[in-house]
Amino acid sequence: MNQINSFRAGPDESGHFGLFGGRYVSETLMPLILEVERAYMAARKDPAFQKELDYYLAHYVGRPSPLWFAERLTKILGGAKIYLKRDELNHTGAHKINSCMGQILLAQRMGKRRIIAETGAGQHGVATATVCALFGLPCTVYMGATDIARQAPNVFRMKLLGAEVKPVTSGTATLKDAMNEALRDWVANVEDTYYIIGTVAGPHPYPMMVRDFQSVIGKEAREQFLAAEGKLPDKLVACIGGGSNAMGLFHPFLDDRDVSMDAVEAAGLGLESGKHAASLQGGRPGVLHGNRTFLLMDEDGQIDEAHSISAGLDYPGIGPEHSWLHDIKRVKYVAATDDEAIEGFKLLSRTEGILPALEPAHAVAHVARIAPALPKDYTIVMNLCGRGDKDIFTIGERLGVKL
Amino acid sequence: MSRPTARIAARFAALAAEGRAGLVTYVMAGDPDAARAQAILDGLPAAGADIIELGLPFSDPMADGPAVQAAALRSLKAGGSTRKALAQLAAFRKTDQTTPVVLMGYFNPIYIYGPERFCRDAAAAGADGLIVVDLPPEEDAELRPFAQAAGLDLVRLATPTTDDKRLPTVLSGASGFLYYVAVLGVTGTRSAAADQVATAVARIRRSTTLPIAVGFGIKDAPGAAAIARHADACVVGSALVALSDKPTSLHGLVRDLAAAVRGARTKQIA
Repeated sequence: MNQINSFRAGPDESGHFGLFGGRYVSETLMPLILEVERAYMAARKDPAFQKELDYYLAHYVGRPSPLWFAERLTKILGGAKIYLKRDELNHTGAHKINSCMGQILLAQRMGKRRIIAETGAGQHGVATATVCALFGLPCTVYMGATDIARQAPNVFRMKLLGAEVKPVTSGTATLKDAMNEALRDWVANVEDTYYIIGTVAGPHPYPMMVRDFQSVIGKEAREQFLAAEGKLPDKLVACIGGGSNAMGLFHPFLDDRDVSMDAVEAAGLGLESGKHAASLQGGRPGVLHGNRTFLLMDEDGQIDEAHSISAGLDYPGIGPEHSWLHDIKRVKYVAATDDEAIEGFKLLSRTEGILPALEPAHAVAHVARIAPALPKDYTIVMNLCGRGDKDIFTIGERLGVKL
Repeated sequence: MSRPTARIAARFAALAAEGRAGLVTYVMAGDPDAARAQAILDGLPAAGADIIELGLPFSDPMADGPAVQAAALRSLKAGGSTRKALAQLAAFRKTDQTTPVVLMGYFNPIYIYGPERFCRDAAAAGADGLIVVDLPPEEDAELRPFAQAAGLDLVRLATPTTDDKRLPTVLSGASGFLYYVAVLGVTGTRSAAADQVATAVARIRRSTTLPIAVGFGIKDAPGAAAIARHADACVVGSALVALSDKPTSLHGLVRDLAAAVRGARTKQIA
């Protein structure tokens, strides 16, 4: 890191955050990865690029998203004052479109005419299909067959938007396998294809680039919170699978030493059960999908199957910058189980009239756990990164709701 | 016993003296189970393999097509691992001390094994080189010194996207031979076009004296023969692992490929 006193200076020139990150890809992809990096670094410095992105974020995505004081939730929990960053109100219903918009503008600059993506919960797939429809580019989305079954509404949405959804049956048929398949497609179509990665993972420059595009969340939240409370929040909370929504909220606050940050991993059936998706709390450093990061794996380095009720958190890895923030202890990584997430979903739905996606329902669960014991002048900003419409059938079935 | 790297150099020197290209056969360690995998490996030299690539099984082989993916999963399901792959190689070396064996796999299992210990154990088991698909030159500093110390060649890959600007990066520190990936794509899907391969090989030869092996997209005897006219060796993998449940059929295909490769240049002259 060139600025020793900043947590925001990474990655270094070779794409590393401390031990983590890097460019572990096959030689076929290397020249392309370097080209994406060159193009992104040029775009990042180009005011015209930022202006164009701002235009689409304001008039198409619907930014800034509101910062909502959750008064009833605050009262019911009886402790800390809770604000929700409403990224579920973005067009397409999640934070994923922030990065898709940035990346498709970059793809256009690079002259790429075909877009591919991987998706877990389908939110990133829907956001990618959406920007492809907007710009008239053909779009192929790889999605695990298991996830297609549990996130049917998003599969319909992608198809209605004109995307081709390719079911992935290899491996565990979930998000990691979808990413393998997207990388295989990219290797075969390097000349005309741009790969819109959905999270802060993959080879450099993706973790940095997706973080930069998602940082609009934290930048807005910082200004909005200052305007509302005249100070910075005491704590930020976000759920974490690959970690893009958490990175987006946290990054602009990393150098504000008094702001603490909790990221909530999916504990599935419980950390001790072995059936979870908590890479930082149950994994160790390894190399997958182009970067070194904490991974769930066996003693031979074979990648384990993750488990979470939420398809979007069901990934055995995590973005490399999170691994670094975990190592240096700037962010605290905690976990919430499937059951706790369901309780979080119910709580937010009935106190605030907002159905959260199962992913941020993990963050709600953590907030509900810590808020009651905190003083009333303690403030929390939680990233409500997606809406729950896609999950209503999963949750309805789980709760035995009869129509 | 000779130093491990000597086997690769000696084999390419012998091939050059014979005036023919070599046949490199890729099989997956532990596929479809330990016993048959051993029989497959042990029978390769007699069937005509000049060099052997032994695949290390990995759960997420991003650069491989369906055939090699399935082979890796079969191996893992039957209890295959990095450690057992080295044991399989050590057993092979009891029957063959001259055929070069290059271990080919992905970085994570090697990283978890410990790069230094892995290189030492691989050399002790009788390996001559390593190909780590997802470890480009930019990242291989954490493996290369240990490979060199153990006398293992770290074989680099060049692809159709490796242009003249990038080629020096790939060649710097390359040893043993250069592996040219003939197609854009994963293993065992597209077919390599001999004329494009000829152009690429000629281009690369201007920058290196390393032997050039060509792989990805060579499926059968005619395909192997076409590539063998231009390359120092041609690699066949997916077509072989697809036959791993029938070792005799697999060895049969190796014999056909070997005959085609051996006859390739004489036929061209005739």
